[in-house]
Amino acid sequence: MDWLTTVDHKKIAILYLVAGGFFFGIGGIEALLIRVQLAKPMNDFVSAQQFNELITMHGTTMIFLGVMPVIFALMNAVIPLQIGARDVAFPFLNSLGFWTFLFGGLLLNLSWFMGGAPDAGWTSYTPLSTNAYSLTHGVDFYTIGLQIAGLGTLIGGLNFLATIITMRAPGMSFMRMPMFTWTSFVTSAMILFAFPAVTVGLVLLTFDRILGANFFEVSKGGNPVLWQHIFWIFGHPEVYILILPAFGVISEVISTFSRKRLFGYSSMVFATILIAFLGFMVWAHHMFTTGLGPVANALFSIATMLIAVPTGIKIFNWLFTMWGGQIRFTTANLFAAGFIPTFVMGGVTGVMLASAPADYQYHDTYFVVAHFHYVIVGGLVLGLFAGLHYWWPKMFGRILSEKLGKIEFWTFIIGFQLTFFVQHFLGLIGMQRRVFTYLPNQGFDLMNLISTIGAFLMGVGVIVFLVNIGITSRKPVGAANDPWDDGRTLEWSIPSPPPEYNFKQIPLVRGLDAFWKEKAAGHTEMTPSEPVGPIHMPSPTILPFVMSLGIFIAGLGFMFTSDDFGNSFLNFIFNNYIVTGLGLAVTFGSMLLRSLFDDHGWHIEEDELNGKGVKA
Amino acid sequence: MMKRWKAIKRLGPLFIGLSFMLSACGRADLSTLKPQGTVAAGQYDLMKLAISIMIVVMLIVFSIAAYVYIKFRRKPEHKEAPKQVEGNFKLEVLWTAIPLVLVLVLAVPTIQKVFAFGEDYSADKNAIKVKVSSHLFWWEFSYPDYGITTAQDLIIPANKKISLELKTMDVLHSFWVPSLAGKTDTNTDGTVNKTWIEATQEGVYLGKCAELCGPSHAFMEFKVKSVSQESFDLWVASMKEPVQTIEDPAIAEVFKNQCLSCHAIGEQGGSVGPNLTGIGSRESVASILLNSEGSGQLKGSKPVKDNLIEWLTDPQAVKPGNKMPSPKEDLGLTDNEIKAIAEYLANSKVSY
Ligand code: HEM
Ligand SMILES: [Cu+2]
Repeated sequence: MDWLTTVDHKKIAILYLVAGGFFFGIGGIEALLIRVQLAKPMNDFVSAQQFNELITMHGTTMIFLGVMPVIFALMNAVIPLQIGARDVAFPFLNSLGFWTFLFGGLLLNLSWFMGGAPDAGWTSYTPLSTNAYSLTHGVDFYTIGLQIAGLGTLIGGLNFLATIITMRAPGMSFMRMPMFTWTSFVTSAMILFAFPAVTVGLVLLTFDRILGANFFEVSKGGNPVLWQHIFWIFGHPEVYILILPAFGVISEVISTFSRKRLFGYSSMVFATILIAFLGFMVWAHHMFTTGLGPVANALFSIATMLIAVPTGIKIFNWLFTMWGGQIRFTTANLFAAGFIPTFVMGGVTGVMLASAPADYQYHDTYFVVAHFHYVIVGGLVLGLFAGLHYWWPKMFGRILSEKLGKIEFWTFIIGFQLTFFVQHFLGLIGMQRRVFTYLPNQGFDLMNLISTIGAFLMGVGVIVFLVNIGITSRKPVGAANDPWDDGRTLEWSIPSPPPEYNFKQIPLVRGLDAFWKEKAAGHTEMTPSEPVGPIHMPSPTILPFVMSLGIFIAGLGFMFTSDDFGNSFLNFIFNNYIVTGLGLAVTFGSMLLRSLFDDHGWHIEEDELNGKGVKA
Repeated sequence: MMKRWKAIKRLGPLFIGLSFMLSACGRADLSTLKPQGTVAAGQYDLMKLAISIMIVVMLIVFSIAAYVYIKFRRKPEHKEAPKQVEGNFKLEVLWTAIPLVLVLVLAVPTIQKVFAFGEDYSADKNAIKVKVSSHLFWWEFSYPDYGITTAQDLIIPANKKISLELKTMDVLHSFWVPSLAGKTDTNTDGTVNKTWIEATQEGVYLGKCAELCGPSHAFMEFKVKSVSQESFDLWVASMKEPVQTIEDPAIAEVFKNQCLSCHAIGEQGGSVGPNLTGIGSRESVASILLNSEGSGQLKGSKPVKDNLIEWLTDPQAVKPGNKMPSPKEDLGLTDNEIKAIAEYLANSKVSY
């Protein structure tokens, strides 16, 4: 119950982590099923239809429901601590964002049990995704589930923007913000601009499918290419939304474990902003073969290649952060060190893809599958592992086993390279992506088998990680404030895990890497910027949960408005929008409640702060 | 100076190795790394340039990384933290400039080729015009200048520009012949695409659909047959000759009523399904049942008649989700009728 009503950013972080882990597991199982099917030619492990459902759900789940919440978990756990705040700007919204996200994700996955999952690819190109060609409710689950989940993401992004702008501790100017906070800030800004685009697209597609509108129907004056533009205007920034926080994590981990400040901090900030900007300018590189014409293709080629410049700046700055340092290869840092070459591989194939005439050959082949997995798994997932190992003690007060961590790292990264390296070649020799099987004799067989074996090795790595978590969570909480000894930023100046109010006194920030600076001056704690006083806390509330539940019910109801259930009662309540209305009533009702009854929160008093130690 | 030479000498074998590795890859009629046409060759040049640049980048980054990881490990004697370096303006400018230059090197040929491959040859008298229509899950090729239509096998003369106009009749597909040219999407009305291909040799090349289009997306293959100009002219003439009819009147009746409502053979029939004229000389049935009479003689291929029987007995088993009604279940054909029709179709040949 405590978990359903919490508005504390640290607990919401854990909720996001658990939900993310759950969906990541589902996406991973889907990936393994895909790989089993492709292990040999003309395999009949799953049917063609099931395969298309698997790739669609795998892609959608991983992008929207798997890694996104883990990123949000880290952002929630770390950002308020790094900027010296007691919580996020809007704790109520923070909880609302999580619950809408979770219910959206659950709705999407219900499709497996309710008559068929979406099957038009995670990009859901029209007309394949329209009623005429996608016969089950699958794509409805996709459009409605993602709208609800996307709402949660948008709320979360807005919240972080407000938090970072308004709640920094005294002395923490923008150019003194830790790199992870910076990249999260830019990511949140990108969410603000990108998610409305996909929402518009999803609404249009929902209207086409459920209400019989014609936005994408050619014979009625619609245009399928419109969907591609809308989708990728969101979709391309989305991959930067994913990767930027990982860049932030890597910056923190590398600098801590090299005992050096980040090399070229201001150029890192500048590069982050430039990447975000260019990220919005290059969506059409997903559409080179769509037939936009040579002028558009040339312009988008060049714009895309330019992203290599800020990315290059980042890579070299990381390497030179370590240069002359004293590097300790903890598990977290191993993942960071593995990240750099792997991500570079993904980056260089990205530049290759940017050359439009060559992309006519790469596009929609396994070359592309290899490329984006190098970026999202080799980049983002390695980054997230680094971040999780790094901040685990701060979040849970327990240090993950280093021995298991190393086994986990090596199985995962070796498995990863096995899985995806050969796929570059599969694509180049003519294997297109999203095929449920392939004829023998084409030279595809061996490489596909290797790829499947690698995928299972990655699975082993993930299981070792879970075992590690299981074993660690049995140990008593006992991590030091600064368990790595070389912590540089504010979060390491308070207990692990932090008390409910984070900072007894808001610290005064006197430079970049504020805590490191104090330690270098011989202090063990931050200089406070205020006297000890009562701390105002927001009250826990069940309303966000209920609101999201309402949206979930409304979504389900809306989806089946024109179905015949063969049961007059069900027909009546669904076809007359009664279920939809009920759901909306629940949501708006709880909004009303929230507006009518003022809740002023509560206070932790001074003597309480001094009295019972610091642990919450 | 000496040192730099050594580095280049060391890189030399790598490049030779690379070219070996790439060119050893895949089948000549399928691989993008063994181009057999003008466009694919140009694309391959671009790919080689890009790969070379990228290998150099990777070597530099990997060596710095390896050096750093090994050289700067923490040792027990490290009690004091190292010097806190803020950055280095010159170095940072350097690694901004180098990627810019590399990008420029790749950008110039990219732009040249974008425009070269975007050229429209549809008004060129020397080019052959073909209208490509994609359907769930098969390909139709019609030659407006010759008044003929065929399916699955695209016959073209070698060393001639073929000007293609691509359009889909249902969902989006993408026309891709890796060893001849990169892909172009087949869009719906309003966004019809034009492109061109040219095969520099005679041969049969594998083509694929490269845009997810439904359950049998994987099986939506086709072949491009590049032949001499004489053979091509012969083929055109042969396609226009009247086709033989089925001798047995009962079978002929079944064929006319049940099959020609969708398919055409010669002058007769409809255009809902693939045109069957000369199907006995094609490379495959339903694009994936390979014919042993075809040019490849691959393992697993069977006589065209057997393949036809297999297809007609249960089309859904061969290509899940395809739009043809099952002759047995839906159209009520008997095994004998199927056999007779298969026999007839297997003998419908064209010469070239
Ligand atoms: C266990 C590790 C993984 C394996 C073995 C794996 C494997 C695959 C395979 C075989 C495909 C299908 C390729 C095709 O035919 O189109 C695929 C597609 C995809 N994967 Fe993964 N994957 C893994 C992890 C991830 C992760 C972590 C993400 C993102 C965070 C991801 C994102 C995607 C996306 C977006 C697609 C495209 C789906 C579509 O075509 O609609 N994958 N993956
Ligand atoms: Cu297709």
